[in-house]
Amino acid sequence: MSTLFEEVPASFGDDVPVRRVTLTVNGEQRAANVEPRLLLAHLLRNGFRLTGTHTGCDTTNCGACTVLYDGVPVKSCTMFAVQADGHDIGTVEGLATASELHPIQEGFKDEHGLQCGFCTPGMMLAAKALLDENPNPSEDEIRWALSGNLCRCTGYQNIVKAVMWAADKLGGAADDSDDGSADGAGSDAGEEG
Amino acid sequence: MALDEIKIGGLGASRRRVEDNRFIRGKGNYIDDIVLPGMLHMEILRSPLAHARIRSIDASAAWAIPGVRMVLTGEMLAARNLAWMPTLSYDTQAVLATDKVRFQGQEVACVVADDPYIAKDGCEAIVVDYEPLPPIVNPTQAKAPDAPLIRDDKTGQDSNVVFDWEVGDREGTDRAFAEADVVSTIEMHYPRSHPSPIEACGSIADFNRATSKLTVYMTTQAPHIIRAAVALVAELPEHMIRIVSPDLGGGFGNKVPVYPGYVVSILASILLERPVKWIEDKSGNLISTGFGRDIYLKGEMALRNDGRILGVRMHTDSDHGAFFSDAQPSKFKVGLMHSAFSCYDIGAAHLTAQGVYTNKAPGGVAYRCSFRVTEAMFFQERMVQAAASDLGMDQAEFRRINLVRDDDFPHRTPWGFLTDSGQYGKCLDLGLEAIGYEDFLRQKEEARRRGRLLGIGISTMTEPLGAGNSREYDILGIKMFDSAELKVHMTGKALLRTGAKTQGQGHETTWAQIVAHELGIPAEDVLVEEGDTDTAPFGMGTYASRSTPVAGAAVAMVSRKIRAKARRIAAHLLEVSEEDIEWELGRFSVRGAPDRGVTIQECAIAAYSNMPDGMEPGLENNAYYDPPNLTWPFACYIATVEVDPETGVWDVLRVVAVDDCGVRINPMIVEGQIMGGLTEAYAMANMQFITFDEDGNCIGSNYMDYLLPTAWETPGFELHEVVTPCPHHPIGAKGIGECATVGGPAAFVNAVIDAIGDAGVRNIDMPLLPDRVHEAITAGHDVSGAPPVKTEP
Repeated sequence: MSTLFEEVPASFGDDVPVRRVTLTVNGEQRAANVEPRLLLAHLLRNGFRLTGTHTGCDTTNCGACTVLYDGVPVKSCTMFAVQADGHDIGTVEGLATASELHPIQEGFKDEHGLQCGFCTPGMMLAAKALLDENPNPSEDEIRWALSGNLCRCTGYQNIVKAVMWAADKLGGAADDSDDGSADGAGSDAGEEG
Repeated sequence: MALDEIKIGGLGASRRRVEDNRFIRGKGNYIDDIVLPGMLHMEILRSPLAHARIRSIDASAAWAIPGVRMVLTGEMLAARNLAWMPTLSYDTQAVLATDKVRFQGQEVACVVADDPYIAKDGCEAIVVDYEPLPPIVNPTQAKAPDAPLIRDDKTGQDSNVVFDWEVGDREGTDRAFAEADVVSTIEMHYPRSHPSPIEACGSIADFNRATSKLTVYMTTQAPHIIRAAVALVAELPEHMIRIVSPDLGGGFGNKVPVYPGYVVSILASILLERPVKWIEDKSGNLISTGFGRDIYLKGEMALRNDGRILGVRMHTDSDHGAFFSDAQPSKFKVGLMHSAFSCYDIGAAHLTAQGVYTNKAPGGVAYRCSFRVTEAMFFQERMVQAAASDLGMDQAEFRRINLVRDDDFPHRTPWGFLTDSGQYGKCLDLGLEAIGYEDFLRQKEEARRRGRLLGIGISTMTEPLGAGNSREYDILGIKMFDSAELKVHMTGKALLRTGAKTQGQGHETTWAQIVAHELGIPAEDVLVEEGDTDTAPFGMGTYASRSTPVAGAAVAMVSRKIRAKARRIAAHLLEVSEEDIEWELGRFSVRGAPDRGVTIQECAIAAYSNMPDGMEPGLENNAYYDPPNLTWPFACYIATVEVDPETGVWDVLRVVAVDDCGVRINPMIVEGQIMGGLTEAYAMANMQFITFDEDGNCIGSNYMDYLLPTAWETPGFELHEVVTPCPHHPIGAKGIGECATVGGPAAFVNAVIDAIGDAGVRNIDMPLLPDRVHEAITAGHDVSGAPPVKTEP
């Protein structure tokens, strides 16, 4: 963003309080002047243009806005941006490197763990928090860890499989006899890159 | 050597999805992700009351807020003849209320401001003076002699009845009932439910005064229909309107209609000459936009002692809310309700239907349902269970006796549909075997002796998917066909566009597979685009499971046109006559000399560099496909449950699904559709509904009240397949997107009713909440879920 100028809305009354927040987003230091009432989700989406964090329900139910807050999944639509001051925020944009997808992303694609894609970023971040803490979760543990995230398309079964796929890949890269691509997947499963 | 079709991602390949590459990176492009230079933001002020006269609206405090650019009210719209708009069912709907509000959540005013927070501040600053009127929340109240008239805006409307309609053979059905050994009756309410995609609705209207062009980014499943509607409502020239439907965060029918927010954002952009973005919040979505169901049944079946169904009589009362805005074929007032019992060989049938206005949100649009077939098949399978029980027959055996047999196709139903293919008995047997039917019945008896309540529910159904044909199906007179346009570039790569609009169904992946199947061009070489009316061919959009049956067929047909031209090019290149050319996947060769051949890619470059004399250059074409019939997939869903008699809580033990949707283009995607549908079926049976209290307050206006199942509650699914190709679809496919939502709910409800069978209960209205089930068990009577619900302690 340019440092030459910062446009301030003409309507901005002198009585509107502004707070400076400084936070780490996907490993990068970011700062912004915000109204105290600005929600974290909106700072990420509208301020930093990290639009992978979606807002679905506004009431902390759907989890589409899930981000990692010092590694813990939180719902950024019911958290103020100022509460993130000094903290470390991880969003979906931070999952992949320039050349490589995170195994959770690969798993979601390979197991058809998404359809419309709207819940997917939040779902993957909740899954990442789980796998960071418990690299070998059972199906029940996965279902419980994801129970704060709603999906209307998939019925969850493939999401559970996607998380197991990622757990396998993260844990068992050495004994990877099966590349995970099911019948007929060959031509496309490996096209990333 | 012929190509390996699976390797090139053709028909039958569980090809991984192309669209996922952006979604898993958070790089989807949903409506709220789009930012235009100079964009303003709009919020809607909604009515807190269900029925009230508007005495006055004072917006002066809103105008005074710094950053508020405009406040729009019904009065302002009325001055431009825009206060009312036509619905998809030949009714009118208020854009912003002028005279009265007719449901809680109705749009009353809009505020446009520099950012959405200021726009919300503006809405809060508007003072509306309401004079409350008595609200109506169900058909009985609506039809009461002293009921207040909801639609006093309509001349000639002197009651709250929207329509009376009937179909079928009244006399023949009366005769069947006169001959019956047993008459089985049942009454129930299919509750109001909301499709509730996680992403709500939204639009960005961008009117450019310099070019007179209006571009609207909009969450719509049917962009071309919207373009026509905007042209008519806003009186703008259609060629100067561009509708762009970006990535949609789910649709399920919710994103078919035209909503006031879209219309007002367009007007605001025209007046302010700046882009105006409206992003609906979840509550606004749940309380004001298209719902599904909310319909009451009185069903009767005429039965012979040997188990044969002689006739069916149904009466439905549908609650349409304040405006009749169903998106459905214009000939059929309760959608395709009369497709009930299409999988059974029944003698005669008669349906009467009445629709009413109430002080509830308008809609009655299909929710993951081809025009009320969800209700039709639910009523059917609940009636079938009651009938079998009245005859003292086994559930499965009663179905087997009455299912249409494989050699009876084509089969004309008494209500006039023509089902054309299926192996119903095979599907039922496969389902019973998979669930271990006989074993379960033994376990159930054993458990009962120990005080545990186990139950098994079956739901078998065929449903009409893929409207048109155009003879019978239209929306507002526009015939229901669909389209595809294919451009093969000179290097053999291709661009495909259709008139459908994916919302998660994976069109970008599957359409390319159809091209691969027809032309041998690898699927990864085909780019699929949809949703932009400036580039996509005219089509009716995606809903009612119509994309594969109609647009998918158009993709096959346009590919065949391309292949026909490529064949002529091949003959030219190989210097033989066209009759001597043979086709194998991806390659033409000379008959009798298979080594002499050219690939489709070689034909493509020749189309631009070495075409035969007199041939029009290029390798592009389009196809408009009008299907000869609907497609008729069949499904058998079986659920087993255990009910806790102490609490009324029920748990799903197993779910078996047998689906026959004809040829599967991408089996992975088909299974994804089935599992998603089963989850919504489970949701409706278990927890998901919208109801109203005596004052017309919407119960279910957010995700704390409107319960959706999470990964924790949702059961696992066991899927099986049978393939009976559709005889008229070019690649033999049938619709599948909605089957499980349509057929699934009855399996769960039948299972719970079966489990508590000893209580003498015929029906509990969905959702089967623990208190309802507990009341049924302890009091031994049916439990109604019809509104109003009591909210007093």
